[in-house]
Amino acid sequence: MREITYLEAVREAMTQEMERDEKVFLIGEDVGQYGGAFGASFGMLEKFGPDRILDTPITELGLTGAATGAALVGMRPIAEIMFMDFLTLASEQLVNQAAKLRFMFGGRATVPMVLRTPAGSGTGAAEHHSQSLENWFAHIPGLKVVMPSTPYDAKGLLISSIRDNNAVVFVEHKLLYKTKGPVPEEPYAIPLGQADVKREGKDLTIVATSVMVSRALEAAKTLAEEGIDVEIVDPRTIRPLDAEPIIQSVIKTGRVLIVHEAVKMGGYGGELAATIAESRAFGYLDAPIVRLAGRDIPIPYNRTLELSAVPQVPDIIAKAREIVQGKV
Amino acid sequence: MQEEKVRTISKAEAAEMLRLMYATRAFEEQAEKSYMMGKIHGTMHLSIGQEASAVGSISTLDPDDYILGHHRGHGLCIAKGADLNLMMAEFYGKEAGYCRGRGGSMHIADVAGGNLGANGVVGGGLPLAVGVGYGLKMRGDKRVLLSFFGDGAASTGAFHESMILAVLYQVPVVFICENNQYAMSFPARKWTSSERLAGFADSYGMPGAMTDGNNLLDVREAVQKAVDHARAGGGPSLIINNTYRWRGHSKSDRNRYRTQQEIEEWQEADPIRRYRKLVVADGLFTDEEIDDIEKGAYEQIELARVFAEESEEPSVESIEEGVYAP
Ligand SMILES: Cc1ncc(C[n+]2csc(CCOP(=O)(O)OP(=O)(O)O)c2C)c(N)n1
Ligand SMILES: [Mg+2]
Repeated sequence: MREITYLEAVREAMTQEMERDEKVFLIGEDVGQYGGAFGASFGMLEKFGPDRILDTPITELGLTGAATGAALVGMRPIAEIMFMDFLTLASEQLVNQAAKLRFMFGGRATVPMVLRTPAGSGTGAAEHHSQSLENWFAHIPGLKVVMPSTPYDAKGLLISSIRDNNAVVFVEHKLLYKTKGPVPEEPYAIPLGQADVKREGKDLTIVATSVMVSRALEAAKTLAEEGIDVEIVDPRTIRPLDAEPIIQSVIKTGRVLIVHEAVKMGGYGGELAATIAESRAFGYLDAPIVRLAGRDIPIPYNRTLELSAVPQVPDIIAKAREIVQGKV
Repeated sequence: MQEEKVRTISKAEAAEMLRLMYATRAFEEQAEKSYMMGKIHGTMHLSIGQEASAVGSISTLDPDDYILGHHRGHGLCIAKGADLNLMMAEFYGKEAGYCRGRGGSMHIADVAGGNLGANGVVGGGLPLAVGVGYGLKMRGDKRVLLSFFGDGAASTGAFHESMILAVLYQVPVVFICENNQYAMSFPARKWTSSERLAGFADSYGMPGAMTDGNNLLDVREAVQKAVDHARAGGGPSLIINNTYRWRGHSKSDRNRYRTQQEIEEWQEADPIRRYRKLVVADGLFTDEEIDDIEKGAYEQIELARVFAEESEEPSVESIEEGVYAP
């Protein structure tokens, strides 16, 4: 199959959906001629014109609200927030309005919108441009939160997100933008709320999200050489969560390591751990449920510190070994 | 008119302003080089072409006054008297840097030296400025704050709320919008103009002014007036320095949103060269004297580069320090 990058997959999903449905439009800072800070919409202005590719001044709250309002009257906006850190600014319209309008109005309103945003560290962008805040939004009833880890998932999940009748926070990872993988040319939809087993194994389940999926896959290779056979489950959407494949995997392996980039305290790993502990998988556990996550600090600028702030491949290998060797 | 203004500034002070502008230019040219050579992991925003706005504005302050900056803030730090070695070390992410390598180019701060920090969030400094101003007022001293922000920041909600509160509490703050015509690729002219931005002042209920931001004397005169007003208890002002960024928005930029001709036209109005011409024409300096100032600035930056490159990396053991105060 043809291989394209994660970034191209995002662009292709937006482009194909905009061709299919004229209610879909893109709004965000520098999404027009500039093509988006990371290039996600490069060339789309030329294709769709300024009425459907809306460049905004610096107005995170305003543009998120504009998307919400347009959705309320039947449009299907895609809003791009340049860095996930700036969802802090967009939050009022997203959390108080977009997420709640339908419920508040007795189910008599629909807000079909997508808020796309790149998250994560690794580019030296420091404290204000590196956060992973997905769990803030997973906490909000009315929002869906999607975190693709491959180009294939990015395209299929973005198409589903655009077609979904709810407000979807679509979390891309900066470090994944340049990664390549097979992606069908025709449009396809991956249902939201469907986890994916990225690698089968029998000794240990690793539940990983976003960029940590590729790190876990990398770690699995080394672990395999040591005779540790890892199964990797990617929830892909953290709200709604498809818990069953995770539970089944843990029943099979008896051990689970949860890996994410966000800070451990209050991170999604807690939710996953609790979901497993509350499930029938509990009785099958041969080791404590372990979380490996970002350190309890903001993301620092210095390269070495930045790398050390979030789980890297060697950290995953070491933690997996400890679990399998009964050292936790 | 210009001639009269030139003469209101002593030779020593003019020399210092020239030095600061050249040091800023040299710092950023070096930053760009280091970046191109792959020595820097991260991003940077260069203010080349905007030096008169930073230096002219901050030259009106007393040493113990404050500034609050923004992401394009190297010139602001230098104008506030930053140690070039510590700045460069921060840019290189070293322990010796102003923020121990934790902040980098976009977050350089020297709280003890009155520089309350650059900011990675556009508009992020504006609400802080209100509180700083109020704090200074409560302390009862006569210090003032210059709060710098871009034309892009002026479009944020934070700007509106901050102006409202600043006027309500009559804080000793001069808000200085460095209108360099673009927020990344978004042209300010699409939603406003320097005149309209300056006009906001009246709507909020404070004095406002617009300057030729590439004319150091013009900037200095307007800011001096606003600083005196704030120091005398008159409350906030809003000043728009109309200027231009020569380089791309950040490390990468294809300049698709503007023409080469436009860039060149603004380069004709190089703020450093303009001030230099004025003081030479006035007979305050010879060209040779200014060449020496320029050369000295570049030498200082070269020393700063060596200092930064030879400095230690922060230790991983120290990574969790500093999240909370004890
Ligand atoms: C709230 C927020 N939105 C977006 C960004 C990304 N960004 C960084 S600088 C910038 C442009 C800022 O424009 P302006 O305020 O005019 O300052 P300039 O870069 O022109 O100096 C943008 C969009 C950001 N840092 N913060
Ligand atoms: Mg600007």
